[in-house]
Amino acid sequence: MQNLGPAARIFHALFVIFILAPLIMVIAVSFTDKGYLSLPTDGLSLRWFRAILDNPDFIDAFWMSVWLAVISASVAVLISVPAALAIARHKFPGRDVISAFLLSPLMIPHLVLGVAFLQFYSTIGLGGSFYGLAAAHVILITPYALRLALASATGLSTDAENAALTLGASKFTVFRRITLPLILPGVAGGWLLSFITSFDELTMSVFVASPATQTLPVRMYHHITQTIDPLIASISTVLIVLTFLVMLILDRFYGLDKIFVGKG
Amino acid sequence: MSFLIFETLNKKFGDFVAVRDMSLSVERGEFISLLGPSGCGKTTTLQMVAGLLPPTSGRIVLDGKDITKTPPNQRGLGIVFQSYALFPHMTATDNVAFGLEMRGVGKAERTDRARGALDQVKLGQFVDRYPKDMSGGQRQRVALARALVIEPPVLLLDEPLSNLDAKLREEMRIELRLLQQDIGVTTILVTHDQEEALSMSDRIVVMQQGDVAQIAAPLDLYERPTNTFVSDFVGKTNLIQGQITGDNEVNVDGTRVSVDTLAHTHGSSVTLSIRPEKFQMSDDPSGHEVRVEAAIFLGASWLYRVKGSMGDLFVTQPNTGSAGYAKGDVAWLGWPEGALTLFKGAQ
Amino acid sequence: MMASIQPRKVPYFLTGPGVIFFAALLGAPMVMTLLLSLHSYDFNTGIQPDWTLANYVEVLGDSYFQKIFGRTFGLALLVTVICVLIGVPEAYVLSRLSSRWRSVFLLVVLGPLLISVVVRTLGWALFFGGNGVLTMTAQALGFGDEPVSLMFTFTGMTIALVHVLVPFMVISVWASLQKIDPQSEDAGLSLGASKMTVLRRITLPQAMPGILSGSIIVFALTASAFATPAIIGGRRMKVVATAAYDEYLSTLNWPLGATIAILLLLANIGIIVSYNKLIERRFAKVFE
Ligand SMILES: Nc1ncnc2c1ncn2[C@@H]1O[C@H](COP(=O)(O)OP(=O)(O)OP(=O)(O)O)[C@@H](O)[C@H]1O
Ligand SMILES: [Mg+2]
Repeated sequence: MQNLGPAARIFHALFVIFILAPLIMVIAVSFTDKGYLSLPTDGLSLRWFRAILDNPDFIDAFWMSVWLAVISASVAVLISVPAALAIARHKFPGRDVISAFLLSPLMIPHLVLGVAFLQFYSTIGLGGSFYGLAAAHVILITPYALRLALASATGLSTDAENAALTLGASKFTVFRRITLPLILPGVAGGWLLSFITSFDELTMSVFVASPATQTLPVRMYHHITQTIDPLIASISTVLIVLTFLVMLILDRFYGLDKIFVGKG
Repeated sequence: MSFLIFETLNKKFGDFVAVRDMSLSVERGEFISLLGPSGCGKTTTLQMVAGLLPPTSGRIVLDGKDITKTPPNQRGLGIVFQSYALFPHMTATDNVAFGLEMRGVGKAERTDRARGALDQVKLGQFVDRYPKDMSGGQRQRVALARALVIEPPVLLLDEPLSNLDAKLREEMRIELRLLQQDIGVTTILVTHDQEEALSMSDRIVVMQQGDVAQIAAPLDLYERPTNTFVSDFVGKTNLIQGQITGDNEVNVDGTRVSVDTLAHTHGSSVTLSIRPEKFQMSDDPSGHEVRVEAAIFLGASWLYRVKGSMGDLFVTQPNTGSAGYAKGDVAWLGWPEGALTLFKGAQ
Repeated sequence: MMASIQPRKVPYFLTGPGVIFFAALLGAPMVMTLLLSLHSYDFNTGIQPDWTLANYVEVLGDSYFQKIFGRTFGLALLVTVICVLIGVPEAYVLSRLSSRWRSVFLLVVLGPLLISVVVRTLGWALFFGGNGVLTMTAQALGFGDEPVSLMFTFTGMTIALVHVLVPFMVISVWASLQKIDPQSEDAGLSLGASKMTVLRRITLPQAMPGILSGSIIVFALTASAFATPAIIGGRRMKVVATAAYDEYLSTLNWPLGATIAILLLLANIGIIVSYNKLIERRFAKVFE
């Protein structure tokens, strides 16, 4: 730690404590041996983790969220990769409008998206359907996938592709053997970021999800508004651990800061 | 009929003319350089040959076949890009083998041939390296091997040496030229480095803002430039303004210089060109008297800036081992007959 | 395979799927919401077929909604200010750490962004609750038996939202600090400036674009935040998002809910756009 005075260090320590405190609190409470909310002052217990297994609706909601995130992140990537290539490498009338349109969900509060989809789906008779929810998630996360795809497509010079072309490759071969492998890191990063964003999304989903399509955040939200108990803490602890693993992967391959500059 | 022919090639970007009426006939096995300052249209010309840019008008004929409309992946030309354009996600061998794979060569054979090609460019130990783990010179040679392994009828090189350091660049010039003569492949080299063009080519095409300024063999180009642009761009030269005042006599600010004025009319303004190394500088008070204003030691030679009645001149003299002139010295310049070239008009 | 498509049309084929998807599934719902906000609502017969601006008049004129909008934007402003005050120094500290510590603490500071907001807010609810840790700690330390609760308070919402959003400020400032040529700071020192002067006159101005864009992100996200205000603020401390939620799912007055949503959207876009204009004008010269 160079160039840092004691005041800066104390500030930094307090900041880190502030950031970690609520997470540590959740984890601590989840290990309580009591039947009510309390810190595990006299003994750790895994009883609230076992209790998760007795609540299949949370487990169903978890898998619902996973599937939803996998499907919508995949569709978002399928939409954004060709779009990113077009936007990054072609000049064409309407380019700026199209790119602004595909990025526009970033400017729309999730609540607004939620009410819009709620009404839209109930009008066209898709209310509460899984595919409706997935489509809404695709809209929500496409900007993230698009940004990362754009970043890697923009940095890509056409030289390597031209070289492959002059060596006799067809346009399709060039795409498959040269372009795709080169933008793959950005595409995979975009997929993961989209996955997490979809997985965590609450505000829009709370409007669109039906009891049959409840995602984990929605299920947890409804639980918390009823009661806050150690069960919800232990579920949250599991989520924190899972997220931490994903985070390590992301950081390893891309650097978290690069991903988040795209998220903001 | 020549092997490769450009017929009045033109390329416009909107209203901007990047290449104008370029015509050229290249013989089989010939080494041609396209030489010119940045932005003069060299890369544009090369890309038209490669098929990466469609010409606005004109034709390209290769070995008797019109290839103007042939897509790049069916021309079969070997190209080394300025950035090398290696495939970063493939090893050296896979890079080189790619073109063979596209030609349906089986795996074992193409690996063999790729390694052979890498051997040829002295990269035998680096076959499994990725581009990011190689030096600039090594990458350049991978790119060369990749272009040559498909045995192209024509090799196109876009400033292949410009990213290398000075020493390596000189070595590679010789290596590249030897390799080219060895294989006998027809080659077009794009460069803005006149030394590179002079040292490697059979003929040089000098380009100026999209136009062809002169096409000539290196020595001809250097000794007999046909315009002031070429004489100034290829090698260093002194350009001196004057007026024809009599038969074989030009007046430069009151100083009379004798030179062959046959092709020019009496009284017209002209520009004289003389290369710095053509001067003989001595203490013998005959010829053109000058005062040394700056003396720079270059190792193999001395470069002087001198001032006299003809204005400021640059003079190069070989280093003979003894001390040269110093600032403030007075000296006399002479030059052999034919050292002066005369161009019409003021510069 | 692309040879059959005219090159001029290629970009439209590539962006086509996205554009069509968005037009159908984003354009249509947004337009329908706008239209819905122009209908009136009757508690017995539901949505009326008329066209009226009555909902807008009601939301903008009613002191109940005015208070909610006022609270929301006050909250957004307060959270933004606090995020600047603690996020900017933290980003600076991060940029000064040795690279090993830096990657550890970047993970600590940015990582929570990946954790569900519900989980992070739950952590604060555990602190704040009437029978929560705050109370237990106070009691354990002998501060009396009164429950100490920040649940359903403005303060509680502010603390939790700062926690949820401050990483956006840090990352945004961090990104612009990354772009600073470290030699420009050395140059300042070599010209005789003190460390403090260098910070104030050289580093901070260059970090300004990051601070401003971080502020706009934090402000916009606070103004439209739902989960944290819903859990910590509850029914007693309604903000725009929770009010719209109640109109939709409790009162079932969809046109009024749509009106609130549209107003929130307009305010959001208005603030982002005018703020961007402001930034562009101020920084156009320095940061092309
Ligand atoms: N796609 C394009 N659109 C418009 N103008 C172009 C385009 N490509 C090249 N030009 C212009 O055409 C001219 C010639 O470009 P070219 O790349 O052939 O130059 P060059 O001789 O290779 O220069 P350098 O030595 O810098 O590589 C330049 O003025 C350039 O700006
Ligand atoms: Mg060029």
